[in-house]
Amino acid sequence: MTAVTDDTIAVRRSWHDAALGFCRRQPLGTFGLAIVVIAALAGLSAEWIAPYNPTSNDFEAMTQPPSLAHWLGTDQFGRDLLSRIIYGARTALIIGFVSAFVGGFAGLVLGVGSAYFGGTTDLILQRVMDVLMAFPLIIMALAVVAIFGTGVQNVIAAITVPLIPRCARVIRASALSIREVPYIDAARTSGFSHARIILRHMVPNVVAPFLIMLTAFVGQAILAEASLSYLGLGVQEPTPAWGLMLQGGAEEYASTAPWIAVFPGLAIALTVFGFSLFGDALRDAIDPKLRER
Amino acid sequence: MTDTATDQPLLEVRGLHMHFPISEGILMRRQIGEVKAVDGIDFSLRRGETLGLVGESGCGKTTTGRCILQLERPTSGAILYDGVDINGLSRREMLALRRRIQVIFQDPYSSLNPRMKVGDIIGEPILVHGLAPDAARRTARVRELLQVCGLDPSFADRYPHEMSGGQRQRVGIARALALEPEFIVCDEAVSALDVSIQAQVINLLEDLRERFGLTYLFIAHDLSVVRHLCQRVAVMYLGRIVELADCDELFDNPLHPYTRALLGAVPVPDPTVEAGRVFQPVRGEVPSPINPPSGCVFHPRCAMAVEGCKRSRPELRELRSGHWVACSEVS
Repeated sequence: MTAVTDDTIAVRRSWHDAALGFCRRQPLGTFGLAIVVIAALAGLSAEWIAPYNPTSNDFEAMTQPPSLAHWLGTDQFGRDLLSRIIYGARTALIIGFVSAFVGGFAGLVLGVGSAYFGGTTDLILQRVMDVLMAFPLIIMALAVVAIFGTGVQNVIAAITVPLIPRCARVIRASALSIREVPYIDAARTSGFSHARIILRHMVPNVVAPFLIMLTAFVGQAILAEASLSYLGLGVQEPTPAWGLMLQGGAEEYASTAPWIAVFPGLAIALTVFGFSLFGDALRDAIDPKLRER
Repeated sequence: MTDTATDQPLLEVRGLHMHFPISEGILMRRQIGEVKAVDGIDFSLRRGETLGLVGESGCGKTTTGRCILQLERPTSGAILYDGVDINGLSRREMLALRRRIQVIFQDPYSSLNPRMKVGDIIGEPILVHGLAPDAARRTARVRELLQVCGLDPSFADRYPHEMSGGQRQRVGIARALALEPEFIVCDEAVSALDVSIQAQVINLLEDLRERFGLTYLFIAHDLSVVRHLCQRVAVMYLGRIVELADCDELFDNPLHPYTRALLGAVPVPDPTVEAGRVFQPVRGEVPSPINPPSGCVFHPRCAMAVEGCKRSRPELRELRSGHWVACSEVS
């Protein structure tokens, strides 16, 4: 029998070609990525780019509207809003990324393991997840903070724990369908170990939902952190945090100095939006079936 | 063609039962019934032989294959491979046998991991079983296997979605061959392919059988394919084997009423013959394997059934040399 020949051999693309391709095919995703990158850069280089110290008061320039001196205006203590938003990006991204990644990876392992082993393991794990899921994210976080107190680590723990079952549930559903697919049977008939089947054959095939969830989780965690801080249970004054900036003076001066509330609110909304846009685009880009042939 | 076969059976299945429990309740699970997917079957396979396992959907032929591959743990019965009952083996003992028993699946789309390149799919078993000491030797082996299966070695760098159904099925065959097995379960290996591709893959399977001295359990519902490829054929109905005979004997001289009906349903590729043929379809539907009929499972649909068929289950009897039938009314 003659060999089936084909001259279109796939050429390995370099990473910057891949990045350019992503930008061309996913303009919205690129926009989302741009927001994420800007927020990340702002957080990383806050010391150098912030025009003022975010915690120093200037009692001669309180509740000032946006001007050349203070681009986004000042709050009721005369603190520069732009500087506080830039420093707030750092708080938001640290808490967002750590919670989403820890919660996401814990959920990935529990979800795939639960689906692969099935039976009693699955039953017990899923009932535990049910209990955790029964609490809304904010209520659960409130409980954790109420018990352990405020502070960045506790806020991260408070946000991470409720994310785990949300991730595990979705991943388990995808993994369950993959478990029944013949290539898993083929792996089993070749005598591969449980670890190899889970890591090489199941996890890569749930990566698409996992990545979308992970990016959405960063957004959700930022939102949760803002909510907790707004309720006074998250990050404490005078640390700059977006949720915190919406509290107190922002409410008091809402009609006379709306910029105090508008700009931090905008920062939260834009960042969360950027993460979801990027997550959607990433899912499309990562699926080899949707990739350019 | 049977010159490579010896009398020592390579595989012997004795009284194999696979009943899937149907349970109810969340915490207090109790069994409310069972699906008798395979309900006591016996057959054996000699080395170098190809046995066809035919029957309609849901008759238990795929489950039989899965039990032999140890993808399901049978409810009862023995599966003797080279004289050893594989049901009792530990994971480690089974690992050695995994090399000798491989499988080719029906669906060339879902049987290949979409996130792995073809070279990795074929190379992974070689790596895990330590058959090639280094990456270069493994790559060479993968290329050789692709060539053996009629594919260009450059396909190793492709993803499965970049190939056609026939090409993917060849990759599935190459993966099965990677461990140098002696026995391959072909679970509807050509059913999902176009007729022209089917012929190519069947020819490939025949070539490989001769080249590597393989033994096949060929699970199929397409009788013409089975006739072409197999030396012996077992006909299954509702979890039981109703007839087992040499291929030509079974097709030329079917004895069981179900086999006759099955063969009668195959269209003849000649309009004049087809027009003159009296078509007698089997009455009714296949009963549920949850609650199969008493006695002979085929009796509610059988034209020859008598009162006794409802009571006693007919065992396989050797009516002619090598021709076994589970029916009390034929002789």
